Amino acid sequence: MTIGQDGDWAIEARGLVKRFDGFTAVDGVDIRVPRGAIYGILGPNGAGKTTTLRMLLGIIDPDAGMRRVLGHERPTDVARRIGYLPEERGLYPAMKTTEAIAFLAALRGVPLKTGRARARELLEEHGLGYAADRQIRQLSKGMAQQVQLLGTLVHQPELVVFDEPFSGLDALNQGKLEKMIRALAQGGTTVIFSTHVIAHAERLCDQVAIIAGGKVPFAGLVDDARDRLRPQVRLETRARDGAWRAALPADARGEGAFWHFTLPESGVEPLLRALIEGDAGILSLSIERPGLHDAFVAIAGEAAARALEENASGQEKAA
Amino acid sequence: MIPEKLRAAWVIARRDFVAVIFSKSFVFFLLGPLFPLIVGGMAGAIGAKVQRDLDNPQIGIALPADEAARMMAAHRALADAMPGDVPDFVVLDAPWGGRTYDARAALAGSHRAGTAEHDRPVGQLAAVVSGSLAHPVLTATPERARMWQGMIALFAAHAQSVAPAALPPVAVDEVASSAASVQTGQVSTAQAGQVALFLLTMLLAGMVLSNLVEEKANKIIEVLAASIPMDALFLGKLFAMLGVSLVGMAVWGAAWGGLMVMGMKSLPLLAAPAVGWPVFILLGFLYFAMAYLLLGSLFLSIGGMATTVREVQTLSMPVTMLQLMVFFFASYALARPGSWVDWAARVFPLSSPFAMLARAARDPVIWPHLLALGWQALCVMLIVRTGAQLFRRTVMKSGPARGRKVRKGGLLGLLKPDRTAQDRFSQGEA
Repeated sequence: MTIGQDGDWAIEARGLVKRFDGFTAVDGVDIRVPRGAIYGILGPNGAGKTTTLRMLLGIIDPDAGMRRVLGHERPTDVARRIGYLPEERGLYPAMKTTEAIAFLAALRGVPLKTGRARARELLEEHGLGYAADRQIRQLSKGMAQQVQLLGTLVHQPELVVFDEPFSGLDALNQGKLEKMIRALAQGGTTVIFSTHVIAHAERLCDQVAIIAGGKVPFAGLVDDARDRLRPQVRLETRARDGAWRAALPADARGEGAFWHFTLPESGVEPLLRALIEGDAGILSLSIERPGLHDAFVAIAGEAAARALEENASGQEKAA
Repeated sequence: MIPEKLRAAWVIARRDFVAVIFSKSFVFFLLGPLFPLIVGGMAGAIGAKVQRDLDNPQIGIALPADEAARMMAAHRALADAMPGDVPDFVVLDAPWGGRTYDARAALAGSHRAGTAEHDRPVGQLAAVVSGSLAHPVLTATPERARMWQGMIALFAAHAQSVAPAALPPVAVDEVASSAASVQTGQVSTAQAGQVALFLLTMLLAGMVLSNLVEEKANKIIEVLAASIPMDALFLGKLFAMLGVSLVGMAVWGAAWGGLMVMGMKSLPLLAAPAVGWPVFILLGFLYFAMAYLLLGSLFLSIGGMATTVREVQTLSMPVTMLQLMVFFFASYALARPGSWVDWAARVFPLSSPFAMLARAARDPVIWPHLLALGWQALCVMLIVRTGAQLFRRTVMKSGPARGRKVRKGGLLGLLKPDRTAQDRFSQGEA
């Protein structure tokens, strides 16, 4: 079976399944990542994000389904064009910083001499030039993470895969990483990352895949995810009661002078007309588009959302 | 253009080689062969001394006085001309007037020599000759009785002659070798080759076993797995250790050569092998490489399933036993050339390098070695590929270490896949 080639996809996967020891970790995942996009895989720990990424990278093979990465059905054939930063980060402690980056480059086919030169450039560029000849074991954890990140990018990959890249970073370095991801995408690199922090995905991603229990209930544009929910209306009135209340939707909840409800299918104009004609005395009215978090709750369910929040708060504490 | 797998293997091999060569543990690796030599030398010296002290048997002579004197004279005349060690003779008693000597009691240690003249401790007494020169009775344990029966008869015959003939001088015409000495010497060379091969592979086994633990502990394994084929990782690691061992061999060889130059000529010289020394050394190198790659790839695969140094230590004992069994099998086959055991040792991949090196010492035909090397190389590739697949299947299948569970089922558990907290979460147990 061959995956269709109608779109310009960096990654295209259909029906990926992976079973471990009698349980299904990933159950029929479909993902299509456009070239040059920033793509987020969103889900709580244990949802199947890492297993999905490993299958996409060819680290493990799926039990069923097809994948095509940079136009190749065997991801290992294009390993030189991919950069990968796993969640569990690590380098050889005795290696010098420059050598560590050059080694990671050599793994991806860059000659050692070129790798060393690029490593020095990257270290200087990111303010780590002073640590070029230090051993990895002499660096702080944050610096070592930055070095590995540079090692992920040293061979100028077309596709970069980050597994929980913000995990373990403080707020300052999270901001730096977000900036770097945007810069990569602007340069034409496709970036795919997994996260359980919705805010990162919301700020960065063009598209997301929501994954829970090994399945992907949604994959597509962030806007499309949000559009799955009706906008929320927040209304403040002077009058507390009157005939105008009949115009409010059935799900309207009142809290003093405020009313909260879902924007009716008919739109805001008929509602406004009824409120004005009914002399409700509109003090304020705002229509809020649902956030990705609301979309996640609606798509993946309350339990998955709760798990996601717990993971995120745990990560904040760790950072 | 270099195939991708070889290029990737080279990257890994270069990193590992440099890391090992410039590590402190490499100094201990170089000193490694000294330990068995020193310990073996000391144990051998002590053992020889103990043997000399304890095993200095004497044969008691309990014959009438004149016959005992003639027996002692015969001992003085013949002992030096006899092959091997001839025990000392000790006069115990001179029975007279029909009295018989209780040889059994003397050997049991409850009896001391009867005459004041020859009164001495009999703790080393291993046999007693009583009766008469015409009808000597040798009392000893069955083994020693069989060993000394002929010698006592010869001495008694010599002692009975009134004028014993002097031993004629034998002119000696020495030749460099005989068919028998060549065969014996080549067997010794074969044994020495096997022992050297065994010791070298043994030195490397522990290092290979723990080779992937570093990558796991440093969490770099996933980056490696994403970047290069897993069998390239295995091959790279194997060749790095092969390179390390070659550096070690060069250092040891230089040290040995230095000792020879400095005049330690007493080092044992081996008989020339059937294929000649240059070919034998070349084959020795190739078979060492194959023995190492075969055992190394197997140990790397086994060690790859271990996640901690402790698990590696647990594995090292059965692995050493496996090496010993392979060595014993090949040694056993050496004594049975042409038998099915010999053929089995040549064909079984792990013992094949040992058996074939022994063959090179005893048989000048070259082509079977080319066949054997090809077969061994094929087996290396198969083991590496299987090991890499097993490694991928068992290691790269779970989430981060925070959810890693402790294996159940001891060593058998190593063969079972992990199930992590992440996995349990996926199953709704978390």
